[in-house]
Amino acid sequence: MKQDAEYYQRDPNIHPVACTPSYKSSITRSPRFSLISLENSISEITGPVFSHSDIDPGDNDLLTNFAQSNESPIGQRIILHGHVLDENSRTIPNTLIEIWQANACGRYRHKNDTYLAPIDPNFGGCGRALTDGDGYFYFRTVMPGAYPWQNYVNSWRPAHIHVSVFGASFVQRLITQCYFEGDPLIPICPIVQTIPNPNAIEQLTARLDLNATIPFDAIAYKFDIILRGRRSTLFENRF
Amino acid sequence: MPQHLSYLKETTSQTAGPYVHIGLAPKAAGFEIYQKELGENIAGSKAEGEQIRVEGYIIDGTGTTLKDALIEVWQANAEGIYAHSEGGGEVEDGFRGWGRVITNFKTGKWGFNTIKPGSTLARNSGMQAPHINLWLVARGINIGLNTRIYFDDEVRANSIDPVLNLIEWENRRHTLMAKRSTDNDIPIYRFDIRLQGKDETVFFDV
Ligand SMILES: [Fe+3]
Repeated sequence: MKQDAEYYQRDPNIHPVACTPSYKSSITRSPRFSLISLENSISEITGPVFSHSDIDPGDNDLLTNFAQSNESPIGQRIILHGHVLDENSRTIPNTLIEIWQANACGRYRHKNDTYLAPIDPNFGGCGRALTDGDGYFYFRTVMPGAYPWQNYVNSWRPAHIHVSVFGASFVQRLITQCYFEGDPLIPICPIVQTIPNPNAIEQLTARLDLNATIPFDAIAYKFDIILRGRRSTLFENRF
Repeated sequence: MPQHLSYLKETTSQTAGPYVHIGLAPKAAGFEIYQKELGENIAGSKAEGEQIRVEGYIIDGTGTTLKDALIEVWQANAEGIYAHSEGGGEVEDGFRGWGRVITNFKTGKWGFNTIKPGSTLARNSGMQAPHINLWLVARGINIGLNTRIYFDDEVRANSIDPVLNLIEWENRRHTLMAKRSTDNDIPIYRFDIRLQGKDETVFFDV
């Protein structure tokens, strides 16, 4: 009988190492010793389960989830959509995705953000959704602005949306950032450049998707998310 | 013709950045948006077992506490069952065993209330000592860090725990031990996380 077993190990060639000096704040916050590799136990193959009772249907619409009625945030209206799959190309249904981002000016609604660009009274900047039975998700939002940050005196982040996803187990837990095709800031961003592999950066770059655009309303970008795949074994599962 | 392997590649991790709270804990960021924020109650109101509190600081390589970090916790119930289809059985109503904890923006202190987990099944045979799984993200952390909280009063269970025993450097194992004190209403376990430097916490590639 074929059964699910361990998850594939993370590939160190596609993830950033812990200490990446051009992203300065990683220097003092990165462990110096190597991680200790664990084979999966019950503590790793399990993880929190979410359902529609945890979220509200409108939580994935950043154009309306914080706006006054009959108002909407300033900025280019976009749809961000895609599938969550694992490395075996299996879709991951019912998994929680949370996103957060700056507004169209590049300002975050956060106590600690002091950038001089204005807060948008109709934009919160966060959303969440469960993937459907096919692993599909979508958000409506505005294109985030680029913003300056403390690294070098002239460091600007490319437009990006932060993305958090759970998967079916705690070892699939992932936070990443979604960039947008054609942005000239991507190749010069110290945070993007923590990634050692150009294909991996490509995979974080959402593609313009005219087929999913809503004419006269919102332009679409496609962003698929791949989580760790799972080995199957022909032998008895012995966790 | 040779076979091609057509596995997809995992999406790469990027730092959660300084404003992770907007997405995962918006009230802390300073605004109300959702009916229900996730991860506030780890064990639920019907959980059986000993009520405990865990608290500590996260300390960087200069000795400074992190004030912008977020931790997720994942634990079994008092019977050692995880709330998941492969968790080993059924848990009590309302028990999720998952939560979110953020460091105080001014002091860096973090803490959460839960129930003490039971021993869980080990990979092959035997048991793992009671532990809470942690996943830590923040600005400057490129990929979430996994570690485990063990309890210093579980001396016997800890001595045969397969994960603690896997750590070749015995003098590093204590970095995973939360220290119990009982001069409060409920027992408090102190657990500091040191990202580097003396007594750097053991982190796992899970
Ligand atoms: Fe950002």
